[in-house]
This record gives sequence, C-alpha cells and structure tokens, in this order.
Amino acid sequence: MTGKLDLDPVLVARARELARRAGQPVVDLARSHTTVSVERAVLRLAGVSGADPDGIPWVNRLVDAVAADVGLGHGVAVPVFDALAREGGTDVTLLAQKAAAGSVRFTQPTGRAATAARSAARRAVGAGIRRIDRRRAERDRLIKRHGDPKQRPWIYLIVATGDIYEDIPQAQAAARAGADVIAVIRSTGQSLLDYVPEGATREGFAGTYATQENFRLMRAALDESSKELGRYVRLTNYASGLCMPEMATLAGLERLDMMLNDSMYGILFRDINPVRTFVDQRFSRQVHARAGIIINTGEDNYLTTADAVDEAHTVTVSQLLNEFFAHEAGLADWQLGLGHAFEINPEVPESFRLELAHALLARELFPDAPLKWMPPTKHMTGDVFRGNLLDGFFNLAGALTGQGILLVGMMTEAVVTPWLSDRDIALQNVRYVLGAAGGLHEDFVPAPGGFIRRRANQVLGEALDLLERIGEQTLLTAIAEGTFGIMKRPADRGKGLDGVAAHEADYCNPATDILEAAA
Amino acid sequence: MSERSERTGQHSSPALTPPARSGGGVSKQIVRPYGDTTGDGMVQVSFTLPVAHDKRAEGAAVQLANKMGIDPAMVVHAKPMGDGFTFFVVYGRVNHLVDLDAVQVVERDFALLSAKDVNTVIKQRLRRKLSVVGACIGTDAHTVGIDAILNVKGIAGEKGLEYYRELKVTNMGAQVSVPELVETARAEKADAVLVSQVVTQRDAHLHNTREMSAAFREAMPAGRRPLLIVGGPRFDETMTDELGVDRIFGRGTTPGEVASYLVHALITQRKAMA
Repeated sequence: MTGKLDLDPVLVARARELARRAGQPVVDLARSHTTVSVERAVLRLAGVSGADPDGIPWVNRLVDAVAADVGLGHGVAVPVFDALAREGGTDVTLLAQKAAAGSVRFTQPTGRAATAARSAARRAVGAGIRRIDRRRAERDRLIKRHGDPKQRPWIYLIVATGDIYEDIPQAQAAARAGADVIAVIRSTGQSLLDYVPEGATREGFAGTYATQENFRLMRAALDESSKELGRYVRLTNYASGLCMPEMATLAGLERLDMMLNDSMYGILFRDINPVRTFVDQRFSRQVHARAGIIINTGEDNYLTTADAVDEAHTVTVSQLLNEFFAHEAGLADWQLGLGHAFEINPEVPESFRLELAHALLARELFPDAPLKWMPPTKHMTGDVFRGNLLDGFFNLAGALTGQGILLVGMMTEAVVTPWLSDRDIALQNVRYVLGAAGGLHEDFVPAPGGFIRRRANQVLGEALDLLERIGEQTLLTAIAEGTFGIMKRPADRGKGLDGVAAHEADYCNPATDILEAAA
Repeated sequence: MSERSERTGQHSSPALTPPARSGGGVSKQIVRPYGDTTGDGMVQVSFTLPVAHDKRAEGAAVQLANKMGIDPAMVVHAKPMGDGFTFFVVYGRVNHLVDLDAVQVVERDFALLSAKDVNTVIKQRLRRKLSVVGACIGTDAHTVGIDAILNVKGIAGEKGLEYYRELKVTNMGAQVSVPELVETARAEKADAVLVSQVVTQRDAHLHNTREMSAAFREAMPAGRRPLLIVGGPRFDETMTDELGVDRIFGRGTTPGEVASYLVHALITQRKAMA
C-alpha cells in the first residue's frame, strides 16, 4: 500500500485472513476430488492429441473408457499406462483409438505393475510439462528481444469474428494501432461444451472457438507483429467453463500469455457445478503458475448484474478470494490480473469520484498485481457520442489510479461488434488520455478525510462484514444461498457435476505431483 | 466529381417545407432533417472506405454521400486507418423528404418491459414466482439459444431470465426427451415451457416441435397446460398454429423480449380477458 487512502493495515490483514478462512475448505475439497477435465488435461500433457471423425477429442474417448471400467477416482494416468504396457505400445493416442473401439480393457493395477505404470505416466506427463517450460523460456527470450510495452497500463483489445483467418489480420492491425494485448473472444456457449473442439475453425457464434490450432495460428501471427513492432504483443484466451484445466494446458503448450480464469464466474453466470469449478480451477491455476501466464479474474461481471455502488464490496471480497486461491495454486502477484470495472450509473451524483475510490482501493489492496480495468458496458447505450465521453473518463480513471491492464472500451458497446473505425476511435481515445495524463497517478493523492478516502474505507468495511458472514457459513453455503450476485448455486446442482469424482486412496495424478513439487 | 466537393459549408438556401399541421387532417406532414434551421435538411454521417487516404479517397467519400442523397456534401474529417482504409465524417444537406403519413411501423403486440417492471408485475399480480422450464429437445445439442435466453450471462449485454428475481428458471440443457420435458414441466408447475431448436436437418426442428406440443396436449387439459414457446434461427414466426405452440421467436430474440412476452401472455392479457 502506498498510503493514498490511509487504509488500516490491521483491517487489511484481517480481510486476507478471513478470505483464507473462507477459501481453505474449498481448497481441501479441490485437493480431494478430480474431474473429467482434469484427467483429460493430464492425458493431453502425456501426449494424447487429435479427435475422432465426429470431432470428439481422443482424450474424451479415453477418459470415458477408463471411467467406464474402473471409475475416475484412481485417476486415469495409472490405468492408461498400465494398459499401454500390456498392449506393448508407446503411443497413447493409438491406445485411445483402440479404447474407443472397445478393444482395450482397463484395470487399476497393484504391486509392480502399478509402480511401473506410475513411473511411465510420470515420464510422459513430465515431458508435457517440460514443453510448457520451454514455451515459457521462449516467451522470456522474446520479451527480452522485443521489449515490453513502453507504457502502463497495457492496452488490451478484443477481436472476435468467428473465423480465425479473419481474426488474424484484425489482430495484427490492432497491434499496429497500439494494442499490447489481443484477446480472442470465444464462441458463445463454448464454456458449456465438455470437450475442446479441434483444428482451425472458421465459424462461431459471436466469437471464435478456442482450439489448440487456433491458439497456435494466432500466436505465430502475433510473433510476426512483435518482431515488426519491436514490442512483445501478448495473446489472451479463456480458461473458464467446463474445460478450464484443458484450456490452461493448451495455453501453456502454445505460449498464450494471459488467460481469463475466475474462481466463481462459471458457477454464478453459467450454472456450472461449484465443486466441478473449484477442482478445475485449482488445477488450471497450477498450470498457469508453471506456464508464466497472467490470469484475469472476472469481478467486472458482478457489477453488470448488481448495482455498482451498493455491491462494490462484493468485488473486493471476490478479489481477496481470487488472490487466496491463486497464491495457494502457486501463482505470484505479478500473475494476478484481478478484475474490476467502471460500471457506476453515470446519472449517480459524483459517479466519477466513486469510481476513483473503488479503483484506487483495488490498487492499494493489491499493489503488486497488474489489475485488469474493465470499461463501461451496462450504461452504454446507442448514444455513441456519450459513450465515447464515458470511455474517456474510464481511461482517465485508469491513468489516475495506476491500473495494469486496460481493456479498451468501445463507443459502440451494445450496438454492434466493433467496426474497424470503432477500434480506431477507441484507441485514439486511449492514446490521448495516456499521452496527456499517463503519469497523473503520481500526483493523484486524495485529500485526507475527503470523499474518496471515506468511500474507499467504507467499501473495505462492507467487504469485511461480508467476509465475516461467509466465515460463519462456508464459501459453498454462501454461494448456495446467493451471496454473490443474485444467483443461488447449491453444491449438488449445476452443469458438469457428473464429471466429478472423489479421490480413491490410490489416486494418482502425475501432473499435480510435478506441479506441486516445484511450488 | 471533385467539383462537387465543398469543404466550406456553403449551400443554396433550402426549399422550406414546414411541417403542415393545419387542423383539417388531410394535409400531408412532410419533414426534413433539422440542423439549425427548419427545413435545412442537414445530416452527419461517418463511414470507412477501403481505400488509402488521398485526394481520390475524399472524392470517393463525396461520391458516396451524393449517392446517399447528400448534396452538397462536406468531408469535414478524413483519417487513414491501418493499411488501405480511410475513415470519413461528412456533413451535408440531404434532399430526401419524409412523409410522416406514410410511415409504417410493425408494432410488437406486447409492451417491452424492463427487468424491474417484469419483476414488479409478477410480484403484484401473480403473487408467486413465475415458473419457466427450458430445454433443447431431440438430438439437438446446441444449447447456445436456450442458454442465451436463460443463463444469467444472457446475450448482447442483456441478462438472461435467471437474472429476474420473480422468475423460477429450470434449464434442462440439451438432448432432453419430450416425456422428460413434460414430466419436469409438471413437477416444476411450469407456467411456460421454452424450447430451443437450432438443428434443422430434414426439418428436425418442425418435427420435434410438433411432437412436443402434441405431448403436452395429451398430458394436460387445456386450462392447465403451460404456455408453449419455441425459438430458433430458422423458424417462421407465423407458424404457431401449425406447430401447436403459443409463440415462436426467431433469430436475434433477446431475454427481455421473452420475459416481456411471458408477462403479457400469462398475466396482463389473461387478466384482461378474464
């Protein structure tokens, strides 16, 4: 903390302690369960790739086959590598194809066969993790060669045509126009697919499917742009929804740089089962930690459903929980793009001062995290002129409070998917504000006892009250009872629950073993 | 064509066509866009042309504006964007007239309500939560449509029906069989059933919808049947009778429209008829 808000360090420490207390039971739950997507991610690291003629990935077919024979609770790695040894092969994808055809039976081996299968699985998965390590080292080299953006915040821009081959020139044009981070929005509803589509894709619904091949194509294109522009252009996608662990793994393998990865978004907004989400999330964050990926959390979403003034403290609470879960999974502060947003109704008196209070509160609470600052969406109308003004104030708030990552707001939000000219006008807006006032955070110290300091301390107080209440129940009960947003999400309901299994005594996940040994 | 390009704002004095408001009711109401003088016809437009910025590009912008009926056209701003694109802002006088009597609008047969108003009407007039059951039936695995309408996440910046406090939403997801749907509708005491159909191979969406409505007719007496609503990108919104449903929603329908319709059909209209 820099002391700009005069926050009481005792209260801040108390808030972190309460977040830990609320989060720990969830971590214990995550450590004692696995999911189909965690197991599929392990197989991807072990080298299973490709899909059957219907487009169902071989990892899905293999996990389903193992689960049918021995259940999920032992982990699939040992039964798979035991079967591979019995079949006398080395190709796990071939084994998946045979399993899908029904010609392989799986058992949970014991004794020497179990020991042999464990070490074979660990070798194969270890090779996958070393590939992620190499991609991380490659990123470090490229950043050294091309350099980071000259300014903070980094300028984050969204591309989404549905066609990866259309996205690529748009992303490169955006980078040329000043974007430091390109996010490729996913097709609507991908988060609810319980498999990762394969190959380069040319059609999507209001977005482009996240696939390993699409990741590779876009990263290669942005490597060209980085070289041309003399700064490393980062690439973002989404580790959320039912395939969170696999998305994180593919991102690590293809050197994506940032991933959307919130602890509760899928539960609240997509009705994904809470246990499924927390188990998947922990694994995905362990992979992100290893891959040097910056996560972006989704607190902005709360403010699109709830009132941005009344519910400001739920953002703080969620940021503290996201921080706890992230640290527990091995992520460092520089990897925490904690989210927040400029969503207060502009008709509210002093709305800009309230925004500054909230934005500075996040900055002071998480001084070493590259906060992700999200533009207005809820109060954007078809009035593009007013929208452009609002985006200007959003940019100014970002500069004044030293935000790390600025998602560029579009004046045509809620009108059309951004046109070429909308992006150009939006970037011009950002450039003007950062050019004219980029260093203003140095001078911006709210007056002691003034409106902004009082408001920030009030929000922190309300966050503490909420954390105390959660502590008296547990986080899962709080989610079940609708504490966040207005959605009630009981732990025994929601999508993807049938893909969750409790660990058996002999559960083995070589990926988790390797990732936790390093942490 | 550049002789028509005027950057100075001069234009001949417009033919004044004041809106006729005389009491007879027979005179036509003609209006023109308003800049700062009645009848001046002034408009502003902005657009991008896929050409690099030079004299010719500005001339091209004027040509487009002229073809849009803007004459004279003033290119007040031209800015290169990326490789081979130029953004223009054009002001000018449009020579079209608007005949207010000839305006035709298709009125929605129900009022579009805000989420707050939907909740208020349900709370005050139904005095319990309105129960909605949604599903993709048949082999259709595309939950995009039903999720856009039901999930809190919603679509195009509008929250889904789950967001409405006074709606109790049961989203059964994909590949739901018709008997399962009927059973769930009964268990949840559904006021409305929403079915989404994206796949249209061999008219699957039509067959499935007919099967669904027939099953509800068979299982429940007319007065007790939930409102049957079907949606999808390839439906003809006029086919309700043929398919045996109460309403069809096509491409681009938002959760707010569906919620407003539910209130209209189940509360406002029903009370009005009673």
